[in-house]
Amino acid sequence: MASISSRRLAKELRDLQTNGTPTGIELIAADNWQSWVMGIEVLGDTLYAGEKFALLFRFESQYPISSPIVTFIPNYRPPVGNPSSFSPQAVYGVPMHPHVYSNGHICASILGSDWSPVLTVATVCITLQSMLASCKKKERPVDNDRYVLTAPDNPKKASHPDAFPTLTLTFFPDSIPL
Amino acid sequence: MRADVEHVVSIFGLDQDSARMLLRDYNWNSERLIEKYMDNPTEVQIKAGLQNPKGAPSSVTPIAQPTTTRRSTRKSTAPISPVATKFVCPICCDDEPPATLSLQCGHQFCSNCWAQYLEGKVREEGECTIRCMENGCSLLVPDSFIKQHGGTPVYDRFEELVMRHYVAHIAHLKFCPAPGCTDTVSCRAAATKSALETMVPAVTCSQGHTFCFGCNVDSDHRPVLCRIARFWLKKCQDDSETANWIKTNTKECTKCQSTIEKNGGCNHMTCKKCKHEFCWVCMGPWVDHGTQWYSCNRYDDKAAIDARDAQSKSRISLERYLHYYNRWANHEQSARLSADLFAKTEKKMEEMQLTTELTWIEVQFAKKAVEEVLRCRTTLKWTYAMAYYLEKSNAKELFEDNQRDLEKAVEDLSELLESPIEPETIPDLRSKMTNKTVYVQKRNEIMLEDTANGFKEGRWTWNETVTL
Repeated sequence: MASISSRRLAKELRDLQTNGTPTGIELIAADNWQSWVMGIEVLGDTLYAGEKFALLFRFESQYPISSPIVTFIPNYRPPVGNPSSFSPQAVYGVPMHPHVYSNGHICASILGSDWSPVLTVATVCITLQSMLASCKKKERPVDNDRYVLTAPDNPKKASHPDAFPTLTLTFFPDSIPL
Repeated sequence: MRADVEHVVSIFGLDQDSARMLLRDYNWNSERLIEKYMDNPTEVQIKAGLQNPKGAPSSVTPIAQPTTTRRSTRKSTAPISPVATKFVCPICCDDEPPATLSLQCGHQFCSNCWAQYLEGKVREEGECTIRCMENGCSLLVPDSFIKQHGGTPVYDRFEELVMRHYVAHIAHLKFCPAPGCTDTVSCRAAATKSALETMVPAVTCSQGHTFCFGCNVDSDHRPVLCRIARFWLKKCQDDSETANWIKTNTKECTKCQSTIEKNGGCNHMTCKKCKHEFCWVCMGPWVDHGTQWYSCNRYDDKAAIDARDAQSKSRISLERYLHYYNRWANHEQSARLSADLFAKTEKKMEEMQLTTELTWIEVQFAKKAVEEVLRCRTTLKWTYAMAYYLEKSNAKELFEDNQRDLEKAVEDLSELLESPIEPETIPDLRSKMTNKTVYVQKRNEIMLEDTANGFKEGRWTWNETVTL
């Protein structure tokens, strides 16, 4: 029997393929049940107009009970023949944002303590899209250099039990149909 | 805890679950809960996650039993929710789950997902505030639901978490900090911060572990106040590498003084213990920052000047500090050594017990003496910390006289302990040592009592390093 995580991801993938992805969100690679790459673009009049970013989703076997590991991919080259508008010739980076470290780690409550199992890959993308859209000043977090030097590969492991510094992000379901 | 729950149950006619959830939300402050609940029960219930804000259900009715629908019954009888006709669990996408469950909010998920979710929350995250799985739904999972659907190990762990939550929020309760000890100690006298200004609440749990109720500073730091003991220890560690690391990498929560290391993320900090939200950069409360946290640029002129002043002062007083520190460290060292010595002595005493006609009881005098020496050395150690912070005055002179007497007595007793034990001298040694032990004990009591009285009378004047 397929595990919950793969059954759930299969459903999510089917939905994305049949109903299409939300505006500004694209599927770049979803070849397995361990990690997907999503393309994200902030539309409208924002600081990130014209920029595109690649998000890496990693799923643990506990998904969707546990949150996916989501990071921006630094220096991303999309694979040739991917279904999205991301060009294999171009290199995509990490957005300049006070809650995004230069290694791609994102500091957002929705990926940690505020995760809810009903959230999906698409809703996470939309939430991060709106996080970028509402940004007023392009800069790195204050402790970026120190963090990047010591950060583990999995940003979930980076958070110290005594303090969970995060940007409180909530997903408002009114904005898209599930 | 049970009494508090029963109290609320009896006043409002609520069920156990609701009462426990409300009390948790009010950090077990039952008086405040009762007051607020009298004012507006609905609001309190919404805030505690007993009800959802919209479509307020029939007012005071406590949270409903979780609705459990069996697949077989769903087809025949009236469905509880409209999705019941063709239910697909939104989490695992199973379209034939064995059973579906929902809280009062009606968000249905299959029972397997619920069980996994509860287990994850309770066992991995150690949370005792568990909300509905639906995104944005603030309804709290009632205790009985966890008991019923989470399994026994999960529920047991949950109960433990609730107990910890209770003890953490009741000011006169504390867990014994000794490793492996599960005792809880109640000390009403030391429940307020102001009480700590006039007393040192050294308590002993039923397992015999002595610790200070007022602070986390090691074991018994009588006669020195918690605040001053903390100052002193901090000062002693100032030169060590660990202290430097802690100083550069951690800060203390401005509300509960937990030491917090920030090893990533933004500057919006939430204290894991007291949930106080503050800004890492300026340590001010987060509410002042709004959304523009990065424009936090207030420079505290006064704090900077104070810091520089303190630095130069500490250089001047280094000599003075070393005087006290050396004596402090010496007592700590001696205490350790006499413990070692005792191990050897004890062996010898046992041998002697076999070779001479002395009974086991009779050879215990050395043990008592060592214990007393240890206790007094701890006191003496701390008196040096106290003396360091005391302003020169007549009271201090008297304090130092007491200190001297105790020290002299302890040294004498220590020397007796070191003396060689020969069968023929035992009776003599025994009477000497017993006498000395009693005397030392007396001196120690005088020292502690006098200091404690001094606190009550406000006799001690501190030098400016601690008066702040």
